[in-house]
Amino acid sequence: MLFVKNAPKENLVVRGARVLDPVAGLDATLDVRVDDGMIAALGTDVDTNSHRVMEAEGMLLAPAFVDPHVHLRTPGREDEESIASGTAAAAAGGYCAILGMPNTDPVVDSAATLGSLVELARLEAEVPVGFLAAITKGQAGGELTEMAELAAAGAVGFSDDGMPVAAPGLMRRALQYGAVTGRRLALHCEETTLSRGGQMHEGEVSAELGFTGYPSVAESLMVERDLALAAYERQPLHLLHLSAWESVQAVRRARAEGVAATAEVTPHHLCLTDEALRSLDPNLKMNPPVRAVSDRTALIEGLKDGTITAIATDHAPHARHEKEVPFEAAPFGVTGLETAFPALYTHLVEPGLLPLRTLLERMSAGPARIYGLDEPRIAVGSDANLVLLDLKASYRITEDVFRSRSVNSWLLGQTLNGKVRATIAAGRVAFAA
Amino acid sequence: MADIRVMREDLRPPASPPRRHFISIKDITRDDIERLLATARTFERSLEREVKKLPTLKGRLVINVFYESSTRTSSSFELAAKRLSADTMSIKSSGSSVDKGESLKDTAITLGAYDPDVIVIRHPQIGAPHLVARVTEAHVVNAGDGKHQHPTQALLDLYTMREALGRIEGLHVAIVGDVLHSRVARSLIQALGLTGARVTLVGPPALLPRGIEAMGCDATTDIAAIGAADVVYVLRMQRERMQEGANYVPSLREYSARWGVTPERLRPGQKVMHPGPMNRGVEIDPRVADHADALIETQVRAGLVTRMAVLYDLLTSGPVGIKTESVLEVA
Repeated sequence: MLFVKNAPKENLVVRGARVLDPVAGLDATLDVRVDDGMIAALGTDVDTNSHRVMEAEGMLLAPAFVDPHVHLRTPGREDEESIASGTAAAAAGGYCAILGMPNTDPVVDSAATLGSLVELARLEAEVPVGFLAAITKGQAGGELTEMAELAAAGAVGFSDDGMPVAAPGLMRRALQYGAVTGRRLALHCEETTLSRGGQMHEGEVSAELGFTGYPSVAESLMVERDLALAAYERQPLHLLHLSAWESVQAVRRARAEGVAATAEVTPHHLCLTDEALRSLDPNLKMNPPVRAVSDRTALIEGLKDGTITAIATDHAPHARHEKEVPFEAAPFGVTGLETAFPALYTHLVEPGLLPLRTLLERMSAGPARIYGLDEPRIAVGSDANLVLLDLKASYRITEDVFRSRSVNSWLLGQTLNGKVRATIAAGRVAFAA
Repeated sequence: MADIRVMREDLRPPASPPRRHFISIKDITRDDIERLLATARTFERSLEREVKKLPTLKGRLVINVFYESSTRTSSSFELAAKRLSADTMSIKSSGSSVDKGESLKDTAITLGAYDPDVIVIRHPQIGAPHLVARVTEAHVVNAGDGKHQHPTQALLDLYTMREALGRIEGLHVAIVGDVLHSRVARSLIQALGLTGARVTLVGPPALLPRGIEAMGCDATTDIAAIGAADVVYVLRMQRERMQEGANYVPSLREYSARWGVTPERLRPGQKVMHPGPMNRGVEIDPRVADHADALIETQVRAGLVTRMAVLYDLLTSGPVGIKTESVLEVA
């Protein structure tokens, strides 16, 4: 289900790092030897076998990250991102696998379109990439796509991301038929009659700035509907980019009642509140919007207690000229692949809001599990999917740090701690700084 | 040698004062307001003379860029600049390159190439003046950006209230109507807050934005609440900003029956204001609009002198109070 360009596997030793795998319960200073792309030895003073040595003393080696929600803009907007640039950005962010969303032009709603993406990924993807296909044709909310054929052609899951499946009857059919494919549906929850015209979270800040509000209930109402349908049909589902505390509550309750619901949250929803919008910076415009302090707190709490099991960047590149306009005219979306770890380390781990090992798990094994992908693991016999992190390094986010073709980052100008030094994805060094 | 170096230091021109803008009431202080109102007062007296033109801003260039229709604001900015002897240019979106799809950024850069001292901008989108401030070297005056701010309107309203009632501090002002779509209301709530007046918002539920009380005012749907106010400030029903099918109110007929400002709902002596243009018979009864207690024409006259004061204040080396150099910095 994941595709990457053909490249020779690596022989190397990462020497002297603190090796931390939260799932394996591993936390020790060790050498890691990779033979032909596979972890062959873990220990102190392991024989280097004349492999290349990566000196990593004082750094942290963890299972590489998995991003379940990326917009690669290909086909259609290759000026904003390509498979090559998006996967290069992913490698620079510490990711060994990413999943692309189907809201491209044309929409990924046929095996032919999916097939051409797979071919492209095999030629140019720097890290393994998978693709979700649309739930409805053209994401228009009218007719189901040929889901079984799309699954056979390699779709990791199904999503109309960017749009809700508005009609409950159609959503029910999608859940029923989705079961045949063995793939999970990933839902963008938005009741558009409540969010219409909405520019930012509805609350005190939107009232003062004059923006049309996008209320929390526009999301949570749809979350409740989809959970009710999933419970009734006894089917799993995945909820994309939660933003409101009511949504977190609903998922927690449904999971406790046995619904196989999973959920993800983005770095910006974990780090920001609507107060930031006072700057009117179009790089803070996203859907769903960042919300109030109570929402941010609930999202962090949900991530800690396992209601939310994945961090997803919702990396959404936009052309420079499309964001250099007044806030209201700007498109929704911000980039995130290259900054997710340092942003979350700086804004959540360092202030003591989230334990480091929870962050590492929710960025790696957590998202992999949702779509049934192999969990990155630091163990002898596993494929080498490793990220080397320098927690003491600090750097300023400027436009020239990005490998993405777009620079619409909400972090521009900020100084962040925790830098990705190297990424080994599917046994190959995909990034080294 | 040493002496020469000292000389050079002394001859270096003083660091240019920070570029100032007038974009939001949020950026200014009570002192700024008092200074601007006092300056406007001076200009009012100068306009009583036979020759009304002052040489103050001779050689300066003020460009008015209006992306939305306007009578009062655009004419008063243009006349204000002319009365101060500045050169003026007015650009409207229709008939300009905006019709050809030029972006605001490019239009602003183009106008910026003429080295204007001030760009006055009205735009239907929030944040447009901030963008102009970022890409040009001009002082930027916000003449209305979407539903966000209309700071010179607030200033002229304060001026009008003080002229009519002798004070602002301690006044109770009821703002009635479509608060949701009103940049006038947002600027006025903040300006009245800065100057010590009390504000009550009155309107139908869907036109009172959720969370608006956090700006330091009360909000109620009960029109009877205007009875307690010294000034009843009537907002225009902004039909052009309303989304199709949004159902903010069932009908204009129902709106005017419930929230229209009529003589029956007013006490004698209550002052009535309206930013214009009025929808007579919708939000305001024509008998109220034409009554002696209505200050609507005074507002228009105040618009000229307060806008003269704003241009003068930005372009002379008066106290620096209006700031916003880094408006687009991320928190």
